[in-house]
Amino acid sequence: MKHFLSKAILISLPIISLIECKPRGTQSAVSGDAAQKAYVAPGKYDEFYDFVSGGFSGQISVYGLPSGRLLRVIPVFSVDPEKGYGYSEETKAMLNTSHGFVPWGDQHHIALSETNGIQDGRWVFGNENNTPRIARVDLKTFRTAEIIEIPNSAGNHSSPFITENSEYVVAGTRFSIPMDNTNGDVPINTYKQNFRGTVSFIHVDTSGKMNIAFQILLPGVNFDLARAGKGKSHGWVFFSCYNSERANTLLEVNASQKDKDFILCVNWKKAEEYLKAGKAKQQAVAYAHNVYDENKHMATSEIEKQVMVLDPKDCPDMVYFMPCPKSPHGCDTDPTGEYIVGSGKLAAVIPVFSFTKIQKAIADKNFDGDYEGIPVLKYDAVLHGEVQKPGLGPLHTEFDANGNAYTSFFVSSEIVKWRLSDLKVLDRVPTYYSVGHLSVPGGPTRKPWGKYVIAYNKITKDRYLPTGPELAQSAQLYDISGDKMKLILDFPTIGEPHYAEAIPADIIMKNSQKIYKIEDNQNPWVAKGDNFARVERKGNEIHCYITSIRSHFTPDNIEGVKMGDVVYFHVTNLEQDWDIPHGFAVKGANNSELLIMPGETQTLKWTPEKSGVYPFYCTDFCSALHQEMQGYIRVSVAGSTVPLTFSTGKTEPALAENK
Amino acid sequence: MKNILLILSIAVFSACNNDNKTESKEVSASTEQPNAGQANVKDDASMKDIVKVAVGSADHTTLVKALQQAELVDVLANPGPFTVFAPTNAAFDKLPTGTLDGLMKADKKADLQNILQYHVTTSTLKASFFKDGQTIGMVNGDNVTISIKDGKIVLNNSATIIGSVQASNGMVHIIDGVLLPPAKK
Repeated sequence: MKHFLSKAILISLPIISLIECKPRGTQSAVSGDAAQKAYVAPGKYDEFYDFVSGGFSGQISVYGLPSGRLLRVIPVFSVDPEKGYGYSEETKAMLNTSHGFVPWGDQHHIALSETNGIQDGRWVFGNENNTPRIARVDLKTFRTAEIIEIPNSAGNHSSPFITENSEYVVAGTRFSIPMDNTNGDVPINTYKQNFRGTVSFIHVDTSGKMNIAFQILLPGVNFDLARAGKGKSHGWVFFSCYNSERANTLLEVNASQKDKDFILCVNWKKAEEYLKAGKAKQQAVAYAHNVYDENKHMATSEIEKQVMVLDPKDCPDMVYFMPCPKSPHGCDTDPTGEYIVGSGKLAAVIPVFSFTKIQKAIADKNFDGDYEGIPVLKYDAVLHGEVQKPGLGPLHTEFDANGNAYTSFFVSSEIVKWRLSDLKVLDRVPTYYSVGHLSVPGGPTRKPWGKYVIAYNKITKDRYLPTGPELAQSAQLYDISGDKMKLILDFPTIGEPHYAEAIPADIIMKNSQKIYKIEDNQNPWVAKGDNFARVERKGNEIHCYITSIRSHFTPDNIEGVKMGDVVYFHVTNLEQDWDIPHGFAVKGANNSELLIMPGETQTLKWTPEKSGVYPFYCTDFCSALHQEMQGYIRVSVAGSTVPLTFSTGKTEPALAENK
Repeated sequence: MKNILLILSIAVFSACNNDNKTESKEVSASTEQPNAGQANVKDDASMKDIVKVAVGSADHTTLVKALQQAELVDVLANPGPFTVFAPTNAAFDKLPTGTLDGLMKADKKADLQNILQYHVTTSTLKASFFKDGQTIGMVNGDNVTISIKDGKIVLNNSATIIGSVQASNGMVHIIDGVLLPPAKK
């Protein structure tokens, strides 16, 4: 051993040098016309919106493609002091859960709404992993419109994948757990007896509103990812799962023991029938359901108390397990709905399953026994074929419109293009480095738009100027219009992007809202004009109904607040002009600023810490006289006789006050 | 001795510089440049990854050459986590004459990759993890069987772990034999 190490030092210099003699600089893999392909001239629009999950940032970021320009970060599951999200009184309820106010979330996957299996640009759904939730973002306003918590779940990873008419978004639990209506205070090593998994089907109505239609109670495996069937397989959802060993410790090793885990096939139309037939059991649970009212500019949160649970024991022919090698991760259905591609992240092959064969195996009862009472389909009977030795560590697969699939490989840091019909590998390109998800615009739908594949990389060592121990993760854009994939751009991202979905810009931009109409503003604290601006005392609450319009607040001088009072600044932006938000901040406020869109009302709660005069001002550069847009609020000692007054433009000097 | 090594390395470095001069031309001309991947990241501060451990070992020059030929150098610089069973030069020497030279030929790259991937598993397995009778699924898709003989960890009854090194992205267990994957069915 000593020999091994001591010699190691001596010999290391020349060998390291040899390795470094390979062409240096990853720019060498970029083709000559790359800049032209990714270039979008100043003032020109991008061709696609790209909705990119923010991972541990909790948010969704929006980029333009092919330029990679960041257009917006939408606050979803994490507070955002920049936008006042989670800080303003109106938005706090969006982050309410059965555990109380949760200011942070882990946002992994994206699902754009679909009609007939084609992206329709109405909403983008995002999941939250840690405190299981699903959010719906309205793409008219790019704002979070609704968040629903998922009971009987922990680590909502297998979510929010969507059916082809946006009938449902799904939510499979990564962690199996004791169900919410049981005594959860059990030894962890009773996992096999007490821990169960669920998949949830969240119905989406035509207005977008979500409700949990039903859950399916399942063995205690880990659900990982999912895709809905489409076309011929519409009516089914496929969920990958690992840890069929049902280990509760050191999963790194113990969940990799079996040669095959499973993909769960759910016939949700059958589940709907069972639900209708009364086969579901009503279970007492508690989960938050938060809705943002666009006219009130205000969120409300309700705790819902029950969920309908279907048990496969009572519902034959509803769910099947399909064997899939080595801890499947991605589970992706091709545009025709015929093929389901499993990606065993530890597997040496990519199995491709045939929906037609699955149906036949079910009809013929061609089972390989059962797993915890659920029939297991025979692997060979449902297999279309295996892509042999495609790369190392397959994770996710997307599709183009020409029968080709694109799979990301984490361990070998590459994207491999292969053909669905004969499973031949056609091309491979390196990613820099360690790609996780990938996406083709429209790639998960019946109508892929193609043109690009985007890799979302976990590691960017040496790709950008260093920024200390933490480096931005990256997106890399490849042109797939020819036979060979060509890297044309990479750009850093927000948080940790997992899945992303891109959509042609014209589907969304034509609906983009410019202002909120002030006459439609139903916020209870609105002041629909300077003449409604006022300050009122209700016990120890001071309500300041403030309006903002270029370039002043009304009122901008407020007196008569006393220590012990709680001040509410209800600020209405009276502007009716696109891209003219006003901000609001008061010195010492221990929450955030407000950013108020034209026609909107938002409220900042402030509890003064000591008497004195506090300035407030507009934080968003609104006009040439933005710097003049300011005011003062005076806080007097408790028991002070200073009367409550408010004014704007009152210039007479006050009489000296005797204290 | 040290002086000689230094001179050698300088010579190699200067050769690199020459290469770099021509690089700028190639960049715009070709889209088919080899991948300069994670193994090339300059980082002397971090703990050594598996590639750097192997490269730093005088007993593993054959393995390193084989990994380069099989294009697995960047793979093993990935975050992993990996466990690599690393045959020594002496272990490769035990192979029948000509075996290794044959595998190093361009048209045998897939076979070489298969063999080398049979030495890698994903997850960090310390020596204390191994138990008699265990099977470990390797990256190439085949299994390795563990046995414990006289307190020593033996793989497939043919290679013994003779040392272990912790790397930043996993474990390297040095073995005294080359593991050969089971013949294809």
